[in-house]
Amino acid sequence: MSKNDEVILLDFWASPFAMRVKIALAEKGIKFEAREEDIMAGKSELLLNSNPLHKKVPVLLHYGKPICESAIIVSYIDEVWPFPAMLPTCYYARAQARFWADFVDKKLFDGGCGIWRNNGDALELGKKEFIEILQVLEGALGGDFFGGDNFGFVDTIAIPHASWFYAYEQFGGFKVEDVCPKLSAWIKRCLKRDSVAKSLPDPSKVYEFLCMFRKMNGLD
Amino acid sequence: MAATASEVKLLGAWPSPFVLRSRIALNIKSVEYEFLEEKFGSKSDLLLKSNPVYKKIPVLLHRDRPVCESLIIVQYIDETWTSGPSILPWDPYDRAIARYWGAYIDDKFFPSLVGIAKAEGPEAKAEALEQAKAGLELIEKAFKDCSKGGEFFNGDQIGYLDIAFGCYVGWIRVTESMHGFKLFDEEKTPRLVAWSERFCAHEAVKDVMPETEKLIELLK
Repeated sequence: MSKNDEVILLDFWASPFAMRVKIALAEKGIKFEAREEDIMAGKSELLLNSNPLHKKVPVLLHYGKPICESAIIVSYIDEVWPFPAMLPTCYYARAQARFWADFVDKKLFDGGCGIWRNNGDALELGKKEFIEILQVLEGALGGDFFGGDNFGFVDTIAIPHASWFYAYEQFGGFKVEDVCPKLSAWIKRCLKRDSVAKSLPDPSKVYEFLCMFRKMNGLD
Repeated sequence: MAATASEVKLLGAWPSPFVLRSRIALNIKSVEYEFLEEKFGSKSDLLLKSNPVYKKIPVLLHRDRPVCESLIIVQYIDETWTSGPSILPWDPYDRAIARYWGAYIDDKFFPSLVGIAKAEGPEAKAEALEQAKAGLELIEKAFKDCSKGGEFFNGDQIGYLDIAFGCYVGWIRVTESMHGFKLFDEEKTPRLVAWSERFCAHEAVKDVMPETEKLIELLK
């Protein structure tokens, strides 16, 4: 496989799941075409045909063959273009990396929903649960990055969610820096990487986007 | 790499489909292990120490280092013991497809199976049953695509997706028996009907697959 293979990403600017794929491709130096789905106007034929079961972004099309589910796409990218490696070589460390990536997948986005989709007592409970999730995740930091010295698989899976933290902080009245200083430092470190900086949107735009959703659903 | 029984321990319980995944994978690789059965209704200190995040079985302990989450354990077993047959397909695209269906089976199919037991009243049960059957039709198609004419999801040998789905066969049969209807349907899912017999008769599966009658006894 070459870095000039035909690679298309079905994308949505605010999706942390799509951001994971953009970061992985950038880390590997793979050229790709990002096609923005307009989720408000309706999903494209290509998306509906490529991901008929879930009808969601991201979808990676590698010479037209669709791969769905962001963590699976990132694993695929790592396997097809092995350098630089995103997973460690030690099998035990790989299992730990997959475990924490899976934890992020199971907990982080839904945990955040507990804040931005709620008001009042439900929001307060959501905030408490979200902070607990962040604290568990912070405990897994192996060094500068989740794998230790090098940016890798878990960092790629987790860092996109940080683009939604400003919004959660505004709705919840807290700061990630206060409750998880180590995680906050890790976020700043990741944002210094080109692959991350160019794949993550401006957090204030995510905040505006979620404010619009809240208004639409009568929360504000 | 040969392992002595003391090097490899599996914390689990015989009825658990998730634990079964680990046992089948270890059998495929001919790895000897010590099975540490958790007592129903309580969690051992070893379990709580080995899986502090979820406190759940299965946990694989390899030289006292814990690996958690059933499909992550299967991948760890595949990577660590390379002298046996491969569990994951070798082609990255086929691996992505196997992982995708593994995730679907856990995230969508298994909850629909549980939904049948939880549904109250004949209407709710009928709806839950239709959902589970629809899931099985998708899995039937996945079998057709993935098996490439072979006897198993993984082709000529059992592999990741056979394990991911096959672990539920016992509980599918329990559901059929207790509710008096067929989930594996000769008309709609003929491939799965044939596959399930072959899977349960496989060397790596037959001695560890729980008997349907024993599972039904458990529920009484």
